[in-house]
Amino acid sequence: MNSYELLEISLFFILLLVMIRPLGSYMAKVYQGERTFLSPVVVPCEKLLYRLCGVDGDEEMDWKRYAWAMALFNLVLFVALFAMLMLQHLLPLNPEKLPAFTWALALNTAISFVTNTNWQAYSGESAASYFTQMAGLTVHNFVSAATGMAVVIALIRGFVRRKTSMLGNFWVDMTRGTLYILLPLSLIGAIFLVSQGVIQNFSSYKTVPLVQEITYDKAKVDDKGDPLKDVKGNPVTESATAKEVTIPMGPVASQEVIKELGTNGGGFFNANSAHPYENPTPLSHFMEIFLILLIPGALTYTFGVMVGNTRQGWTLLGVMLLLLIGSFSVLQGVESSGNPLLAQFGIHGANMEGKDLRFSLAGTNLFEVATTGTSCGAVSAMHDSLTPLGGMIPLALILLGEVIFGGVGSGLYTMLAFAVIAVFVSGLMIGRTPEYLGKKIEVQEMWMSIVTILTAGITVLILSGIAMLTPSAVSAMANPGAHGLSEVLYAFASMANNNGSAFAGLNANVNFYNILGSLAMLLGRYVPAVAVLAMAGSLAEKKYVPPSLGTLPTDKVPFALWLTLVILIVGALTFFPALSLGPIAEHLAMVGGKI
Amino acid sequence: MSKHAPEPISMFNARIMRPALLDSFKKLDPRTLWRNPVMFAVEIASLITLVTFVMSLAGMNREPAWFTGFVSLWLWLTVIFATFAEALAEGRGKARAASLRKTRTDVQAKRLERPEFGTPFEMVSATELRKEDIILVEAHDTIAGDGDVIAGAALVNEAAVTGESAPVVRESGGDRSAVTGGTTVIANSIIVRITANPGETFLDRMISLIEGAKRRKTPNEIALEVLLIALTVVFLLVCANISPLSMYSVQAAGQGTPVSLTILVALFVCLAPTTIAALLPAIGIAGMDRLFQKNVIALSGRAIEAAGDVNVLLLDKTGTITLGNREAVEFIPVGGYSEQDLAEAALMASLTDETPEGRSIVVLAKKKYGLSRDALPADAETIAFNADTRLSGVNTGGRQYRKGAADSTVAFVKALGARTIPSNLENVVDRVARGGATPLVVSCDDVIFGVINLKDIIKGGIQERFQQLRSMGIKTVMITGDNPLTAAAIAAEAQVDDFLAQAKPEEKLRLIREYQEAGYMVAMTGDGTNDAPALAQADVAVAMNTGTQAAKEAANIIDLDSNPTKLLDIVEVGKQILMTRGNLTTFSISNDVAKYFAIIPAMMLSIYPQLGVLNVMHLASPFSAILSAVIFNAIIIPMLVPLALKGTKFRPMPAEKLLIHNLLLYGVGGIIAPFVGIKAIDMVVGMFV
Repeated sequence: MNSYELLEISLFFILLLVMIRPLGSYMAKVYQGERTFLSPVVVPCEKLLYRLCGVDGDEEMDWKRYAWAMALFNLVLFVALFAMLMLQHLLPLNPEKLPAFTWALALNTAISFVTNTNWQAYSGESAASYFTQMAGLTVHNFVSAATGMAVVIALIRGFVRRKTSMLGNFWVDMTRGTLYILLPLSLIGAIFLVSQGVIQNFSSYKTVPLVQEITYDKAKVDDKGDPLKDVKGNPVTESATAKEVTIPMGPVASQEVIKELGTNGGGFFNANSAHPYENPTPLSHFMEIFLILLIPGALTYTFGVMVGNTRQGWTLLGVMLLLLIGSFSVLQGVESSGNPLLAQFGIHGANMEGKDLRFSLAGTNLFEVATTGTSCGAVSAMHDSLTPLGGMIPLALILLGEVIFGGVGSGLYTMLAFAVIAVFVSGLMIGRTPEYLGKKIEVQEMWMSIVTILTAGITVLILSGIAMLTPSAVSAMANPGAHGLSEVLYAFASMANNNGSAFAGLNANVNFYNILGSLAMLLGRYVPAVAVLAMAGSLAEKKYVPPSLGTLPTDKVPFALWLTLVILIVGALTFFPALSLGPIAEHLAMVGGKI
Repeated sequence: MSKHAPEPISMFNARIMRPALLDSFKKLDPRTLWRNPVMFAVEIASLITLVTFVMSLAGMNREPAWFTGFVSLWLWLTVIFATFAEALAEGRGKARAASLRKTRTDVQAKRLERPEFGTPFEMVSATELRKEDIILVEAHDTIAGDGDVIAGAALVNEAAVTGESAPVVRESGGDRSAVTGGTTVIANSIIVRITANPGETFLDRMISLIEGAKRRKTPNEIALEVLLIALTVVFLLVCANISPLSMYSVQAAGQGTPVSLTILVALFVCLAPTTIAALLPAIGIAGMDRLFQKNVIALSGRAIEAAGDVNVLLLDKTGTITLGNREAVEFIPVGGYSEQDLAEAALMASLTDETPEGRSIVVLAKKKYGLSRDALPADAETIAFNADTRLSGVNTGGRQYRKGAADSTVAFVKALGARTIPSNLENVVDRVARGGATPLVVSCDDVIFGVINLKDIIKGGIQERFQQLRSMGIKTVMITGDNPLTAAAIAAEAQVDDFLAQAKPEEKLRLIREYQEAGYMVAMTGDGTNDAPALAQADVAVAMNTGTQAAKEAANIIDLDSNPTKLLDIVEVGKQILMTRGNLTTFSISNDVAKYFAIIPAMMLSIYPQLGVLNVMHLASPFSAILSAVIFNAIIIPMLVPLALKGTKFRPMPAEKLLIHNLLLYGVGGIIAPFVGIKAIDMVVGMFV
């Protein structure tokens, strides 16, 4: 790293750490129903909403009702978005007259946004109208994030409360999360992004002459639009000259900010945060990474405040930071040493393929670890163009279960499930029935934690296996061999863990990936969420065990290291064989001089 | 109190090994093995490799028959080692149960119509006795069943149950009324009301517990099993996933062969947490057995594990913290009398007092003051201790010598006409009490001579023991009938954390409830019927075998030695069981790292030769690498059997230190050990392959 990059990275982490405490304690106040500086403005809106929806804000729910409310709410949202996508051609704000989505793509997209995955098998500028983007996708960016936060708050209440079955009110948590936290932060963030040049308009797409005409080989297509191939199977091309270019427009800033803040990741444009209208300057790049990590980081402090010991929160944040900075360092190392095989062509130095020179190498790498460590999935560089080991880092971060900051809410609850497993094994090792935050960890908690941390991994294993046996799935791979395997693995990892970023190189808009991918996203989102709520219900009913010298302290360095190790071991044991047939084989081939 | 423990049975004794070996094959029956799901999965895996072996022999499988054959053999051995570990742990119990069962030969009982001596009885077999039957037991009869003595008193030899040969007194009423079936009356006759049906007696319960027949999995064990099953499922899917991925890779790379079923199954068994799953049943059984060696019977595995979690110990002062008896250490005269006067009066009042306290007064008077009187004059009349007057003493030569509690003695002399009470008496009594001792005031007629300082003797080393408990996060609370002043002094000297003075049964119960409300796990010991409610409330309740039937029924652990400090041993064994499980789990999972490095390069070498770099152990060939991992995975089980049976060593230290220690030993050790082990096995296997 050069000194500019070093400064950039250090400033970034300082700013992040400085913001954790104020935002974390603010969120704790919001969810505990205390007064905040926004209360005078928001409370009337909140009350009005409850009255309109017939919600009794003081009513408490047990875990089953809470889970039902969540499921019902998400189902309604899904149906609404699915209908909106299928009827896009009939709806307003569609200056480009974009047609409706196909059913499989609509299904995949609707599930993708409801589950906070934002896997995009469509391309924003050529498939989605402004209405779809604003009233459909952006709304889901808010509510899917608020859903994740509500679930983790219910889990924290499970740890805090004693001898009760009540976990709070889903509607209230949902509303507060949106009105007090996501909306105000998005407002500030959007204004900042506009200041950097992110667009916000309803204009139709602009066609402008190119500064320099470009001549290129254009693939010939038949009547159906499929590429023509010659006898050898190579595409037939003809020479063409481009004189003008169409520039898509749209209300980008308002969607851009929540894309990062809610760890959604679904870009307005296909190029996502690599597009200059989504992410114009190094400063906007810096701010977008910051927005990705902000809420997941601050939630650890909220957790600490609510359980009455902020060190518990700092410990989890420490584990997240350790893994994030560790993977950043590896990525930085392998990407800056580049591909040794290019040396014979006189190309030395860092691997800059697929990266944007506006953003520094370190900045780009930080974006990559942030977007895959959390379940955001926005991208500012092409993951497919990373070196094999470099590409394994985002893949591994996703496969670890999205706990390194993770999705808003979902990252922390999955991390807490890991903590429960870590506490269980270490508790046995010191000769006590394990307890975490004063609650005994018993059979029910073990089941639910295991379901929470393993669902996504199991889904990836099963679906990637099925893909390799399915000819249509194999033929959708653009790069056969170990790299192609990495792409498929990445696609399912991304969907099952609700990340949403793509390795690219894979044509994901085929029925196989649309449908199995939808299944992966649904399983990866709702199975853990319901398991977490069930665990919260069981924890809330337990009495509190006061800590003693015999209790393992879970707010100190040894436990943090142990928890880190548990996360790494679970991930490594689950995916080592698959990774060795993908990125590891590819890397060894590269250093062996074969690629 | 007896130090006599049951005959130690070595675990590698042929008497146990041989039946265990036989049992380990019987336990292969899937109908019993499914109770251990991980090993059940390994058994299915072994069956699959047996099929691939047969296919190799028949030429239907490309792999050489020696390879599939050896893999199959070692997978079967993995299962057998597991069942053997369990059989071995049960074996010791079974041997012990067999010796207990010998005492339960068919006993004849004399059933009475009415609970009166001298009424006619009919001879019935013990198996016909039911609850509420009344039986007569005479000298040399074996008591036919558990019961309460409702008339008479007898000397009973309880060696059959406790291993203690000195007979004990059992009498109606009070706290010594319980008799156990299988014990023998040596002298006198008693009438017993039977309290347990045949098959439900203490001896029966003991036998079934020791045999492990009724052993139910504890909550912690089930929670751990959940983790192990989950890991097994994940590894099953990991292996299932490799198959299509390798098929695709072969196609893409244009070389190599997809990973075979035999190798996938071998990888699965190596990865599955077989080490801990194999030893899990043995750990629990061995824990109960270790307690039995200490003469403690746990009525459920749950109780032992709860003991490991205990954070408050309620300990009776007498017998646990202090030696049972108080001892006279000082005579303090009052009102102008000399020590000599006091010593003489005290000696007179105590010569016929056979209580240990009384004897210690005599000893002190003779040793320190040179008094030599051995017998009382002929006219002497002994006044035994009376609960109403709370005094004892002697009337001789027209004089009345008395000793007793301060207020009682003062009342006594006042009644005899004393006009003044020595002014410094109150001070002295107070000072003695404050020092943690019991003040006994001595008088003759209407004159008070002084105070005897009866001191509680705190057991040697008890402070260190409490210090250890504190460092483990366990709080000790002393329960005593003493007044708060005395209790405070003793509590301070013994360094307990808290005390409950002038404890009544209902206060004990209240104290336990309070602690439990605050989230603590409470353990207590008790023996009397009045302890029963508190015992029933406590999380871990240890009843003394000398105690009443009610106390024993309320408890979940019974100490045959009736030694209250046993509670500390029980806590230790409880912790050991959990630690052994945790440590072996960590070890088992850490092992997988090395196994991956052995098997992954071996199975994928033909597809991507560059993966040979991962063969960091430089194992001789793919076949020998896979075989070595399988062999290591199998033989680690018998190698760890002694650890599983003995339990990991327990050192009292704070949780965090203990965790770091165990993580280094079993976690880091678990990563390193298989690298060394697999390499060593490969060197041997490599010679033949």
